[in-house]
Amino acid sequence: MQDENTVDAATPDTAVDPVEPDTVVDAAERETNGARRPDQSIVAYPDGPLLVRGDFEIVTPSGEPLPRNRKTVALCRCGASIIKPYCDGTHKLIGFRTDD
Amino acid sequence: MKQPLTRGPVSTALLDLLGSASADDPRAGEELQEPVFSALADTPDIAFDDDLQLTLFCLYELHYSGIEGVDDAWEWAPGLIGARRRIEQTFEEKMRAAVELPQRPRTNSGDVAAALFKMTAPDGGGGISRFAAKQASAEQLQEFLTHKSIYQLREADPHTWAIPRLRGRAKAALVEIQADEYGGGRPDRVHAELFAQAMRGAGLNPEFGGYVDDVPAITLATANLMSMFGLNRRLRGAIVGHLSAYEMTSSQPSRMYANGLRRAGFGDDVAEYFDEHVEADAVHEQIAGRDMAGGLVEAEPGLLDDVLFGAAAALAIETWLGDHIMAAWKEGRSSLQPQSSFAV
Ligand code: FES
Repeated sequence: MQDENTVDAATPDTAVDPVEPDTVVDAAERETNGARRPDQSIVAYPDGPLLVRGDFEIVTPSGEPLPRNRKTVALCRCGASIIKPYCDGTHKLIGFRTDD
Repeated sequence: MKQPLTRGPVSTALLDLLGSASADDPRAGEELQEPVFSALADTPDIAFDDDLQLTLFCLYELHYSGIEGVDDAWEWAPGLIGARRRIEQTFEEKMRAAVELPQRPRTNSGDVAAALFKMTAPDGGGGISRFAAKQASAEQLQEFLTHKSIYQLREADPHTWAIPRLRGRAKAALVEIQADEYGGGRPDRVHAELFAQAMRGAGLNPEFGGYVDDVPAITLATANLMSMFGLNRRLRGAIVGHLSAYEMTSSQPSRMYANGLRRAGFGDDVAEYFDEHVEADAVHEQIAGRDMAGGLVEAEPGLLDDVLFGAAAALAIETWLGDHIMAAWKEGRSSLQPQSSFAV
Protein backbone atom coordinates (compact mmCIF):
# COMPACT_ATOMS: atom_id res chain seq x y z
CA MET A 1 0.00 0.00 0.00
CA GLN A 2 2.68 2.53 1.02
CA ASP A 3 4.75 3.18 -2.09
CA GLU A 4 2.25 2.42 -4.74
CA ASN A 5 1.19 5.97 -5.44
CA THR A 6 4.47 7.85 -5.35
CA VAL A 7 5.27 8.88 -8.91
CA ASP A 8 1.96 8.16 -10.57
CA ALA A 9 -0.10 10.10 -8.07
CA ALA A 10 2.07 13.15 -8.57
CA THR A 11 1.54 13.03 -12.30
CA PRO A 12 -2.00 11.78 -12.71
CA ASP A 13 -2.16 12.62 -16.41
CA THR A 14 0.43 10.03 -17.23
CA ALA A 15 -0.67 7.49 -14.65
CA VAL A 16 -2.83 5.59 -17.07
CA ASP A 17 -2.02 4.67 -20.62
CA PRO A 18 -4.38 6.38 -22.99
CA VAL A 19 -6.75 3.91 -24.58
CA GLU A 20 -7.83 4.18 -28.17
CA PRO A 21 -11.58 3.62 -28.26
CA ASP A 22 -11.41 0.87 -30.81
CA THR A 23 -8.43 -0.96 -29.41
CA VAL A 24 -8.90 -4.57 -28.54
CA VAL A 25 -6.84 -4.53 -25.41
CA ASP A 26 -6.36 -8.18 -24.85
CA ALA A 27 -7.63 -11.14 -26.73
CA ALA A 28 -9.56 -13.58 -24.61
CA GLU A 29 -7.09 -13.94 -21.77
CA ARG A 30 -7.31 -11.27 -19.12
CA GLU A 31 -3.86 -10.36 -17.89
CA THR A 32 -3.20 -11.43 -14.36
CA ASN A 33 0.48 -10.57 -14.16
CA GLY A 34 0.01 -7.43 -12.12
CA ALA A 35 1.12 -5.11 -14.89
CA ARG A 36 -0.43 -1.66 -14.91
CA ARG A 37 -3.76 -1.96 -16.64
CA PRO A 38 -5.93 0.55 -18.41
CA ASP A 39 -9.27 1.61 -16.96
CA GLN A 40 -11.18 0.08 -19.83
CA SER A 41 -10.76 -3.24 -21.48
CA ILE A 42 -12.29 -4.98 -24.44
CA VAL A 43 -11.98 -8.73 -24.44
CA ALA A 44 -12.57 -10.55 -27.70
CA TYR A 45 -14.07 -13.93 -26.86
CA PRO A 46 -13.40 -16.56 -29.54
CA ASP A 47 -16.45 -17.30 -31.70
CA GLY A 48 -18.43 -14.79 -29.65
CA PRO A 49 -18.91 -11.16 -28.61
CA LEU A 50 -16.60 -8.41 -27.39
CA LEU A 51 -16.89 -7.91 -23.64
CA VAL A 52 -16.37 -4.31 -22.62
CA ARG A 53 -15.49 -3.41 -19.03
CA GLY A 54 -14.69 -0.18 -17.29
CA ASP A 55 -15.73 3.42 -17.62
CA PHE A 56 -17.27 4.04 -21.03
CA GLU A 57 -20.39 5.23 -22.77
CA ILE A 58 -22.15 3.75 -25.76
CA VAL A 59 -23.78 6.45 -27.88
CA THR A 60 -25.67 6.70 -31.14
CA PRO A 61 -24.02 8.47 -34.11
CA SER A 62 -25.73 11.66 -32.93
CA GLY A 63 -24.35 11.26 -29.43
CA GLU A 64 -27.42 10.04 -27.57
CA PRO A 65 -26.51 7.50 -24.90
CA LEU A 66 -27.87 4.01 -25.56
CA PRO A 67 -29.76 2.27 -22.78
CA ARG A 68 -27.36 0.25 -20.69
CA ASN A 69 -28.36 -1.99 -17.79
CA ARG A 70 -25.04 -3.41 -16.66
CA LYS A 71 -21.44 -2.56 -15.98
CA THR A 72 -19.93 -5.14 -18.30
CA VAL A 73 -21.58 -5.47 -21.70
CA ALA A 74 -21.20 -7.90 -24.58
CA LEU A 75 -21.14 -6.24 -28.00
CA CYS A 76 -22.25 -8.34 -30.94
CA ARG A 77 -19.60 -8.92 -33.59
CA CYS A 78 -21.39 -11.60 -35.60
CA GLY A 79 -24.06 -9.19 -36.83
CA ALA A 80 -26.98 -11.49 -36.04
CA SER A 81 -28.15 -10.25 -32.64
CA ILE A 82 -31.61 -8.72 -32.51
CA ILE A 83 -30.66 -6.48 -29.59
CA LYS A 84 -27.67 -4.88 -31.31
CA PRO A 85 -25.25 -3.48 -30.39
CA TYR A 86 -25.54 -6.04 -27.61
CA CYS A 87 -25.01 -9.76 -28.08
CA ASP A 88 -27.98 -12.05 -27.47
CA GLY A 89 -26.24 -15.37 -27.97
CA THR A 90 -27.39 -15.81 -31.58
CA HIS A 91 -23.75 -16.22 -32.67
CA LYS A 92 -23.96 -19.79 -31.34
CA LEU A 93 -26.94 -20.62 -33.53
CA ILE A 94 -25.36 -19.32 -36.72
CA GLY A 95 -22.01 -21.03 -36.07
CA PHE A 96 -20.05 -17.75 -36.01
CA ARG A 97 -16.28 -18.40 -36.05
CA THR A 98 -13.48 -15.95 -35.34
CA ASP A 99 -10.44 -18.03 -36.35
CA ASP A 100 -8.49 -17.41 -33.16
CA MET B 1 -40.67 -19.56 4.06
CA LYS B 2 -44.00 -20.72 5.43
CA GLN B 3 -44.27 -24.24 6.78
CA PRO B 4 -44.93 -26.62 3.90
CA LEU B 5 -47.40 -29.52 3.98
CA THR B 6 -45.63 -32.81 4.70
CA ARG B 7 -45.31 -35.47 1.98
CA GLY B 8 -44.48 -38.66 3.84
CA PRO B 9 -42.81 -40.11 6.95
CA VAL B 10 -39.49 -38.24 6.67
CA SER B 11 -40.84 -34.75 6.06
CA THR B 12 -43.45 -35.38 8.76
CA ALA B 13 -40.75 -36.43 11.24
CA LEU B 14 -38.66 -33.38 10.34
CA LEU B 15 -41.41 -30.81 10.66
CA ASP B 16 -42.69 -32.39 13.90
CA LEU B 17 -39.20 -32.23 15.31
CA LEU B 18 -38.60 -28.62 14.26
CA GLY B 19 -41.89 -27.61 15.83
CA SER B 20 -41.51 -29.38 19.16
CA ALA B 21 -38.00 -30.30 20.31
CA SER B 22 -35.17 -27.98 21.34
CA ALA B 23 -32.33 -27.45 18.91
CA ASP B 24 -29.93 -27.00 21.81
CA ASP B 25 -30.19 -30.60 22.93
CA PRO B 26 -26.86 -32.15 21.81
CA ARG B 27 -28.75 -35.14 20.42
CA ALA B 28 -31.26 -32.95 18.61
CA GLY B 29 -32.35 -34.41 15.33
CA GLU B 30 -31.21 -37.98 15.93
CA GLU B 31 -34.81 -39.17 15.68
CA LEU B 32 -34.55 -38.40 11.99
CA GLN B 33 -31.91 -41.04 11.21
CA GLU B 34 -34.29 -43.97 11.25
CA PRO B 35 -36.98 -42.63 8.87
CA VAL B 36 -34.27 -41.23 6.57
CA PHE B 37 -32.49 -44.58 6.37
CA SER B 38 -35.61 -46.54 5.52
CA ALA B 39 -36.82 -43.96 3.00
CA LEU B 40 -33.44 -44.00 1.24
CA ALA B 41 -33.45 -47.78 1.18
CA ASP B 42 -36.93 -47.82 -0.35
CA THR B 43 -36.90 -44.97 -2.84
CA PRO B 44 -37.04 -46.04 -6.48
CA ASP B 45 -35.70 -42.68 -7.67
CA ILE B 46 -34.65 -39.96 -5.29
CA ALA B 47 -34.94 -37.19 -7.91
CA PHE B 48 -38.69 -37.85 -8.08
CA ASP B 49 -39.23 -38.72 -4.39
CA ASP B 50 -41.64 -36.17 -2.90
CA ASP B 51 -40.89 -36.94 0.72
CA LEU B 52 -37.10 -36.89 0.41
CA GLN B 53 -36.88 -33.87 -1.89
CA LEU B 54 -39.19 -31.85 0.36
CA THR B 55 -37.14 -32.90 3.40
CA LEU B 56 -33.92 -31.84 1.69
CA PHE B 57 -35.52 -28.57 0.60
CA CYS B 58 -36.51 -27.80 4.21
CA LEU B 59 -33.07 -28.76 5.54
CA TYR B 60 -31.46 -26.35 3.07
CA GLU B 61 -34.02 -23.67 3.84
CA LEU B 62 -32.58 -23.49 7.36
CA HIS B 63 -29.40 -22.11 5.73
CA TYR B 64 -31.22 -19.57 3.55
CA SER B 65 -34.16 -17.72 5.05
CA GLY B 66 -35.46 -20.18 7.62
CA ILE B 67 -38.91 -21.69 8.10
CA GLU B 68 -41.71 -19.79 9.82
CA GLY B 69 -42.09 -20.77 13.46
CA VAL B 70 -38.81 -22.74 13.51
CA ASP B 71 -35.94 -21.80 15.84
CA ASP B 72 -32.95 -20.58 13.79
CA ALA B 73 -30.67 -22.64 16.04
CA TRP B 74 -31.71 -25.77 14.13
CA GLU B 75 -29.45 -24.73 11.24
CA TRP B 76 -26.42 -26.53 12.67
CA ALA B 77 -28.07 -29.24 14.78
CA PRO B 78 -25.77 -32.26 14.24
CA GLY B 79 -28.69 -34.65 13.77
CA LEU B 80 -30.06 -32.57 10.91
CA ILE B 81 -26.67 -32.21 9.26
CA GLY B 82 -26.26 -35.99 9.51
CA ALA B 83 -29.64 -36.59 7.89
CA ARG B 84 -28.86 -34.07 5.18
CA ARG B 85 -25.58 -35.80 4.38
CA ARG B 86 -27.26 -39.18 4.01
CA ILE B 87 -29.85 -37.80 1.59
CA GLU B 88 -27.22 -35.84 -0.32
CA GLN B 89 -25.07 -38.93 -0.71
CA THR B 90 -27.85 -40.86 -2.44
CA PHE B 91 -28.83 -37.83 -4.52
CA GLU B 92 -25.25 -37.23 -5.64
CA GLU B 93 -24.75 -40.90 -6.52
CA LYS B 94 -27.96 -40.83 -8.51
CA MET B 95 -26.86 -37.78 -10.49
CA ARG B 96 -23.36 -39.13 -11.11
CA ALA B 97 -24.82 -42.37 -12.43
CA ALA B 98 -27.36 -40.58 -14.62
CA VAL B 99 -25.03 -38.36 -16.63
CA GLU B 100 -22.46 -39.07 -19.25
CA LEU B 101 -19.41 -36.82 -19.26
CA PRO B 102 -17.94 -35.67 -22.55
CA GLN B 103 -14.39 -36.46 -23.52
CA ARG B 104 -12.03 -34.56 -21.19
CA PRO B 105 -10.78 -31.30 -22.70
CA ARG B 106 -7.25 -30.12 -21.94
CA THR B 107 -7.07 -28.15 -18.71
CA ASN B 108 -6.75 -24.68 -20.20
CA SER B 109 -9.52 -22.13 -20.05
CA GLY B 110 -10.19 -22.01 -23.80
CA ASP B 111 -10.66 -25.75 -24.09
CA VAL B 112 -12.77 -25.98 -20.93
CA ALA B 113 -15.05 -23.20 -22.22
CA ALA B 114 -15.32 -24.88 -25.62
CA ALA B 115 -16.25 -28.20 -23.99
CA LEU B 116 -18.96 -26.53 -21.92
CA PHE B 117 -20.35 -24.66 -24.92
CA LYS B 118 -20.47 -27.95 -26.80
CA MET B 119 -22.29 -29.74 -23.98
CA THR B 120 -24.89 -26.99 -23.76
CA ALA B 121 -25.34 -26.50 -27.51
CA PRO B 122 -28.45 -28.71 -27.82
CA ASP B 123 -30.02 -26.22 -25.38
CA GLY B 124 -31.63 -28.01 -22.45
CA GLY B 125 -35.25 -27.03 -22.00
CA GLY B 126 -35.56 -26.07 -25.65
CA GLY B 127 -38.77 -28.09 -25.95
CA ILE B 128 -40.56 -26.07 -23.31
CA SER B 129 -39.31 -22.70 -24.48
CA ARG B 130 -40.42 -23.39 -28.04
CA PHE B 131 -43.83 -24.56 -26.84
CA ALA B 132 -44.09 -21.52 -24.57
CA ALA B 133 -43.27 -19.18 -27.45
CA LYS B 134 -45.79 -20.65 -29.89
CA GLN B 135 -48.64 -22.46 -28.15
CA ALA B 136 -48.76 -22.39 -24.35
CA SER B 137 -51.96 -20.99 -22.84
CA ALA B 138 -51.89 -18.21 -20.26
CA GLU B 139 -52.63 -20.83 -17.57
CA GLN B 140 -49.74 -23.01 -18.72
CA LEU B 141 -47.41 -20.02 -18.63
CA GLN B 142 -48.56 -19.28 -15.08
CA GLU B 143 -47.79 -22.88 -14.21
CA PHE B 144 -44.36 -22.52 -15.72
CA LEU B 145 -43.73 -19.39 -13.63
CA THR B 146 -44.89 -21.33 -10.58
CA HIS B 147 -42.28 -24.05 -11.16
CA LYS B 148 -39.60 -21.46 -11.76
CA SER B 149 -40.51 -19.49 -8.63
CA ILE B 150 -38.95 -22.21 -6.45
CA TYR B 151 -35.51 -21.09 -7.58
CA GLN B 152 -35.94 -17.75 -9.34
CA LEU B 153 -37.29 -15.90 -6.29
CA ARG B 154 -33.85 -16.42 -4.81
CA GLU B 155 -31.95 -16.50 -8.05
CA ALA B 156 -28.16 -16.64 -7.73
CA ASP B 157 -28.07 -17.40 -3.98
CA PRO B 158 -26.99 -21.07 -4.22
CA HIS B 159 -24.02 -20.17 -6.40
CA THR B 160 -22.97 -17.40 -4.05
CA TRP B 161 -21.99 -20.05 -1.47
CA ALA B 162 -19.03 -20.81 -3.75
CA ILE B 163 -17.45 -17.37 -3.63
CA PRO B 164 -15.18 -17.88 -0.59
CA ARG B 165 -14.17 -21.28 -1.93
CA LEU B 166 -12.65 -19.93 -5.14
CA ARG B 167 -9.62 -17.77 -5.71
CA GLY B 168 -8.12 -15.45 -8.29
CA ARG B 169 -9.56 -15.38 -11.78
CA ALA B 170 -12.40 -17.83 -11.09
CA LYS B 171 -13.50 -15.87 -8.04
CA ALA B 172 -13.36 -12.52 -9.84
CA ALA B 173 -15.47 -13.99 -12.64
CA LEU B 174 -18.08 -15.47 -10.29
CA VAL B 175 -18.33 -12.20 -8.39
CA GLU B 176 -18.70 -10.24 -11.63
CA ILE B 177 -21.61 -12.49 -12.65
CA GLN B 178 -23.23 -12.44 -9.23
CA ALA B 179 -22.94 -8.66 -8.91
CA ASP B 180 -24.95 -8.39 -12.11
CA GLU B 181 -27.46 -11.01 -10.87
CA TYR B 182 -27.89 -8.90 -7.76
CA GLY B 183 -28.63 -5.78 -9.78
CA GLY B 184 -25.25 -4.05 -9.79
CA GLY B 185 -26.25 -1.99 -6.76
CA ARG B 186 -29.81 -1.30 -7.90
CA PRO B 187 -32.43 -3.13 -5.81
CA ASP B 188 -35.01 -2.91 -8.60
CA ARG B 189 -32.62 -4.73 -10.96
CA VAL B 190 -31.96 -7.71 -8.65
CA HIS B 191 -32.98 -10.67 -10.78
CA ALA B 192 -35.00 -12.26 -7.97
CA GLU B 193 -36.90 -8.97 -7.67
CA LEU B 194 -37.55 -8.85 -11.41
CA PHE B 195 -38.96 -12.34 -11.05
CA ALA B 196 -41.16 -11.26 -8.13
CA GLN B 197 -42.42 -8.44 -10.33
CA ALA B 198 -43.22 -10.99 -13.05
CA MET B 199 -45.13 -13.13 -10.53
CA ARG B 200 -47.13 -10.15 -9.33
CA GLY B 201 -47.88 -9.07 -12.90
CA ALA B 202 -49.09 -12.57 -13.72
CA GLY B 203 -51.45 -12.59 -10.73
CA LEU B 204 -49.26 -15.00 -8.73
CA ASN B 205 -47.87 -14.92 -5.19
CA PRO B 206 -44.41 -13.25 -5.24
CA GLU B 207 -43.36 -14.54 -1.79
CA PHE B 208 -40.49 -17.03 -1.74
CA GLY B 209 -41.82 -20.53 -1.14
CA GLY B 210 -45.43 -19.51 -1.73
CA TYR B 211 -45.83 -22.47 -4.07
CA VAL B 212 -43.70 -25.13 -2.40
CA ASP B 213 -46.81 -27.23 -1.78
CA ASP B 214 -47.84 -26.97 -5.42
CA VAL B 215 -44.72 -28.20 -7.21
CA PRO B 216 -43.64 -31.80 -7.73
CA ALA B 217 -40.50 -33.41 -6.33
CA ILE B 218 -38.52 -32.86 -9.52
CA THR B 219 -38.98 -29.08 -9.27
CA LEU B 220 -37.69 -29.14 -5.69
CA ALA B 221 -34.85 -31.38 -6.91
CA THR B 222 -33.64 -28.76 -9.42
CA ALA B 223 -33.24 -26.30 -6.54
CA ASN B 224 -31.82 -28.90 -4.16
CA LEU B 225 -29.17 -29.90 -6.68
CA MET B 226 -27.66 -26.42 -6.67
CA SER B 227 -27.93 -26.04 -2.90
CA MET B 228 -26.07 -29.34 -2.54
CA PHE B 229 -23.33 -28.23 -4.94
CA GLY B 230 -23.15 -24.79 -3.36
CA LEU B 231 -23.08 -25.84 0.28
CA ASN B 232 -20.41 -28.53 -0.04
CA ARG B 233 -16.96 -27.06 -0.61
CA ARG B 234 -15.87 -30.45 -1.95
CA LEU B 235 -18.31 -29.86 -4.84
CA ARG B 236 -17.09 -26.35 -5.78
CA GLY B 237 -16.20 -27.64 -9.24
CA ALA B 238 -19.76 -28.88 -9.69
CA ILE B 239 -21.41 -25.60 -8.65
CA VAL B 240 -19.18 -23.75 -11.12
CA GLY B 241 -20.12 -26.21 -13.88
CA HIS B 242 -23.78 -25.88 -12.88
CA LEU B 243 -23.76 -22.10 -13.15
CA SER B 244 -21.94 -22.28 -16.49
CA ALA B 245 -24.59 -24.61 -17.88
CA TYR B 246 -27.39 -22.36 -16.63
CA GLU B 247 -25.84 -19.26 -18.18
CA MET B 248 -25.15 -21.03 -21.47
CA THR B 249 -28.74 -22.25 -21.89
CA SER B 250 -30.53 -19.05 -20.97
CA SER B 251 -30.33 -16.29 -23.60
CA GLN B 252 -32.27 -17.87 -26.44
CA PRO B 253 -34.91 -19.64 -24.30
CA SER B 254 -35.45 -16.38 -22.37
CA ARG B 255 -36.29 -14.64 -25.62
CA MET B 256 -38.82 -17.36 -26.43
CA TYR B 257 -40.44 -17.10 -23.00
CA ALA B 258 -40.68 -13.33 -23.36
CA ASN B 259 -42.33 -13.77 -26.77
CA GLY B 260 -44.73 -16.38 -25.43
CA LEU B 261 -45.75 -14.28 -22.45
CA ARG B 262 -46.49 -11.26 -24.65
CA ARG B 263 -48.37 -13.44 -27.14
CA ALA B 264 -50.56 -14.77 -24.30
CA GLY B 265 -51.39 -11.25 -23.24
CA PHE B 266 -49.05 -10.69 -20.29
CA GLY B 267 -47.52 -7.25 -19.92
CA ASP B 268 -43.98 -5.95 -20.07
CA ASP B 269 -43.76 -6.23 -16.28
CA VAL B 270 -44.00 -10.01 -16.66
CA ALA B 271 -41.77 -10.28 -19.75
CA GLU B 272 -39.07 -7.96 -18.45
CA TYR B 273 -37.38 -10.63 -16.35
CA PHE B 274 -36.89 -12.69 -19.51
CA ASP B 275 -35.88 -9.70 -21.66
CA GLU B 276 -33.21 -8.94 -19.09
CA HIS B 277 -31.85 -12.49 -19.30
CA VAL B 278 -31.44 -12.41 -23.06
CA GLU B 279 -28.85 -9.68 -22.67
CA ALA B 280 -27.41 -10.53 -19.25
CA ASP B 281 -26.75 -14.17 -19.92
CA ALA B 282 -25.07 -13.49 -23.25
CA VAL B 283 -22.50 -11.62 -21.12
CA HIS B 284 -22.46 -14.14 -18.28
CA GLU B 285 -21.99 -17.22 -20.43
CA GLN B 286 -18.70 -15.90 -21.76
CA ILE B 287 -17.39 -14.98 -18.32
CA ALA B 288 -18.67 -18.26 -16.86
CA GLY B 289 -17.16 -20.57 -19.46
CA ARG B 290 -13.76 -19.07 -19.89
CA ASP B 291 -12.95 -17.10 -16.77
CA MET B 292 -14.90 -18.87 -14.05
CA ALA B 293 -14.93 -22.53 -15.12
CA GLY B 294 -11.77 -22.27 -17.24
CA GLY B 295 -10.01 -20.21 -14.58
CA LEU B 296 -10.94 -22.73 -11.88
CA VAL B 297 -9.68 -25.70 -13.89
CA GLU B 298 -6.41 -23.92 -14.68
CA ALA B 299 -5.93 -23.27 -10.96
CA GLU B 300 -7.17 -26.69 -9.81
CA PRO B 301 -6.93 -29.16 -12.71
CA GLY B 302 -8.20 -31.94 -10.45
CA LEU B 303 -11.63 -30.30 -10.49
CA LEU B 304 -12.14 -30.70 -14.24
CA ASP B 305 -14.38 -33.76 -13.94
CA ASP B 306 -16.53 -32.10 -11.31
CA VAL B 307 -16.97 -28.99 -13.46
CA LEU B 308 -18.19 -31.19 -16.31
CA PHE B 309 -20.33 -33.21 -13.90
CA GLY B 310 -21.97 -30.07 -12.49
CA ALA B 311 -22.86 -28.88 -15.98
CA ALA B 312 -24.13 -32.31 -17.06
CA ALA B 313 -26.19 -32.71 -13.88
CA ALA B 314 -27.78 -29.28 -14.36
CA LEU B 315 -28.73 -30.15 -17.94
CA ALA B 316 -30.07 -33.58 -16.94
CA ILE B 317 -32.28 -32.38 -14.12
CA GLU B 318 -33.66 -29.50 -16.18
CA THR B 319 -34.47 -31.98 -18.93
CA TRP B 320 -36.33 -34.21 -16.47
CA LEU B 321 -38.34 -31.25 -15.23
CA GLY B 322 -39.05 -30.12 -18.79
CA ASP B 323 -40.16 -33.64 -19.73
CA HIS B 324 -42.44 -33.79 -16.70
CA ILE B 325 -44.11 -30.50 -17.64
CA MET B 326 -44.45 -31.30 -21.34
CA ALA B 327 -45.85 -34.79 -20.64
CA ALA B 328 -48.59 -33.28 -18.47
CA TRP B 329 -49.40 -30.55 -20.97
CA LYS B 330 -49.59 -32.97 -23.87
CA GLU B 331 -52.27 -34.86 -21.95
CA GLY B 332 -54.09 -31.66 -21.14
CA ARG B 333 -53.25 -31.98 -17.40
CA SER B 334 -51.62 -29.60 -14.96
CA SER B 335 -47.94 -30.30 -14.27
CA LEU B 336 -48.36 -29.23 -10.65
CA GLN B 337 -49.22 -31.46 -7.68
CA PRO B 338 -52.59 -33.24 -8.00
CA GLN B 339 -53.89 -31.66 -4.80
CA SER B 340 -52.51 -28.25 -5.72
CA SER B 341 -54.71 -25.46 -4.49
CA PHE B 342 -53.21 -23.36 -7.26
CA ALA B 343 -56.19 -21.52 -8.64
CA VAL B 344 -56.01 -19.50 -11.81
S1 FES C 1 -21.79 -11.95 -31.17
FE1 FES C 1 -23.36 -12.79 -29.97
S2 FES C 1 -25.10 -12.46 -31.17
FE2 FES C 1 -23.55 -11.59 -32.38
